[in-house]
Amino acid sequence: MEFQFPIIQIMNEQGCIVRSEYREQITKELVMTMYRHLIRTRMFDRKCVSLQRQGRIGTYVPYEGQEACQVGSALALRNGDWMFPTYRDHGAMMTFGRSLTQTLLYWKGRTEGCVPSEGKKIVPPSVPIATQLPHAAGAAYVEKRKGTKNAVIVYFGDGATSEGDFHEGLNFASVFNLPVVFFNQNNQYAISVPITRQMKSKTIAQKALAYDIPGIRIDGNDIFAVYFETQQALERARNGGGPTLIEAVTWRYGAHTTSDDPSKYRDQEESKRRRETTDPIKRIERFMQQEGWWDEQWMNQVQKEVSVEIEQAVAEMERYPKANPADMFDYVFAQPTWTIAEQKNAYFQWKRGIEG
Amino acid sequence: MTTAVNTKTLTLVQAVNDALRTMLKEREDVILLGEDIGKNGGVFRATEGLQEEFGEDRVIDTPLSEAGFTGAAIGMAINGLRPVVEIQFLGFIYPAYEQIMTHAARMRARTMGHFTVPMVIRAPYGAGVRAPEIHSDSTEALFTHMPGIKVVCPSTPYDAKGLLIAAIEDPDPVLFLEPMRIYRAFREDVPEGKYTVEIGKGKKLREGDDVTVIAWGAMVPVAMKAAESAEKKGIHVDVIDLRTLYPLDKDIIADSVQKTGRTVIVQEAHATGGLANDILAVINDTSFLYQKAPVERVTGFDVPVPFFAYEDDYLPTPERVLHAIEKVMNF
Repeated sequence: MEFQFPIIQIMNEQGCIVRSEYREQITKELVMTMYRHLIRTRMFDRKCVSLQRQGRIGTYVPYEGQEACQVGSALALRNGDWMFPTYRDHGAMMTFGRSLTQTLLYWKGRTEGCVPSEGKKIVPPSVPIATQLPHAAGAAYVEKRKGTKNAVIVYFGDGATSEGDFHEGLNFASVFNLPVVFFNQNNQYAISVPITRQMKSKTIAQKALAYDIPGIRIDGNDIFAVYFETQQALERARNGGGPTLIEAVTWRYGAHTTSDDPSKYRDQEESKRRRETTDPIKRIERFMQQEGWWDEQWMNQVQKEVSVEIEQAVAEMERYPKANPADMFDYVFAQPTWTIAEQKNAYFQWKRGIEG
Repeated sequence: MTTAVNTKTLTLVQAVNDALRTMLKEREDVILLGEDIGKNGGVFRATEGLQEEFGEDRVIDTPLSEAGFTGAAIGMAINGLRPVVEIQFLGFIYPAYEQIMTHAARMRARTMGHFTVPMVIRAPYGAGVRAPEIHSDSTEALFTHMPGIKVVCPSTPYDAKGLLIAAIEDPDPVLFLEPMRIYRAFREDVPEGKYTVEIGKGKKLREGDDVTVIAWGAMVPVAMKAAESAEKKGIHVDVIDLRTLYPLDKDIIADSVQKTGRTVIVQEAHATGGLANDILAVINDTSFLYQKAPVERVTGFDVPVPFFAYEDDYLPTPERVLHAIEKVMNF
């Protein structure tokens, strides 16, 4: 089955284009946009790990190593499209338009972090595994019904393919031929359990066969492969071609969250080796060098700008007014039920008594 | 001048059908989905004729997957529709429980109102129709415990139509429990066209000064029968049909129990963790000093709803309720 679903590369580990038909579409402007987003997501991710270590945000979910998957796929989206992410996809969300401050607020335990930036159809990250796949199908159903050209992308990890909702979401989308791209980031571990204990099938892409939809296996560290294959799947969706399952094969270098120790279950030598060989950012840098697009000054400038943007977002997050406990009561229902109204009232009366 | 309202004499399940038809006509954003609801018209015929009338795009036969279509309905609701999902039996809702619990009920709170899930989940529930195992559950308390979802349970055709329309128009998710035991037990005049019964309000079915009996769904006729028997013994019973299980109508409970000082709660569901205990808490909070006797609860037992050979023993009966009424009178 692996032979039927070979890993698609457009750019190999050395940064060489191996599919010449894409050569013309890979413009300097596109590459610079990609590079900026890759750097931004990586620097942000590292900053968050450090903020967590300092106790300035809560438990954090790093994605280092998976930047090409997230940036490449999100850059393929258009403004009217929908994004249904998981908790590991803040790189994709930021690339699609969620602000850094909101992303930080989410990890700071603030509800404000779930509110999408104005005009962006970014649904809050799904914490339960695979449950967002049926939602994506439902949202796509409405777009199709309305006759729009909007598409839906939904992210999930390899572990999600073991859950019933994965199959129910794919099945629903396939039965109704819906404009949704199922984007799997196969980082090869569901927390600590390797993919070989997750499934007997050799690829995730092959699961598309059961739903009679295209299943595509790509090198998730090759941003060109991610970008162009996602774009094609989105185009197919927009034009009535139905859903696609994309398996982007990648690797997370670090822990599942800042609360676990990856050295207990994951070969850290392998992560070290991959940083030198398959790393998504190293790879595009090699490409840029070969193209003669390597501009040290511009890159320093990008890093500086991103660094300022991140520091501003951190400052904004830390300046944010203290969380208002009223917020916890006020959004459960459109109109608070008497139970909630009474509990809120009693709590604030008690608080005023204590504080007064 | 009064306007004559045309009525139809309908059973409870026909009233559900009438409510769905009314809303499909009324609002383009209403859409039905579930297993066998289209051509087959639902296993209880609640959606009969609707696909024929409104098309496959409004009344959707889905794959057999409670989590799949409930989840899809959440996505539809987020994207502007008002889906009404049918779960064939409440006992089959558990695969969708995660979707309801972790997404439908929380979406508004998580996004500070940015994304909302105005959906209705219809589920026939309860024992007493000689159904196979797992078909007879009455686990409403699993949902009344969950913040972010309302739970409604009519006991008459009039209320079923008015409450279902109100549920469809409600901006939040509503679990709409249909007591299948009384789906076709009796008929009632139901107005044609659109009307609503307010969610969150109970109804007084009978006035009496001695004892308050509180019930909902299929237990309402049981409570009424017990009240009639009590009347023959000279005990006058106030009977309250709650109609909404979350949020409870605290006022109707307090008014009645403050008048009578004696209460019996009739609940088909298992006793432990059941809604009767919340009603008890309301009585405690609002009316403690009015009480002349400890509140009695007549409930199903803490056993899985049994195979139907045993269900007459499992279910509260008018005789058990009458016994409880006499107990609170004689305390």
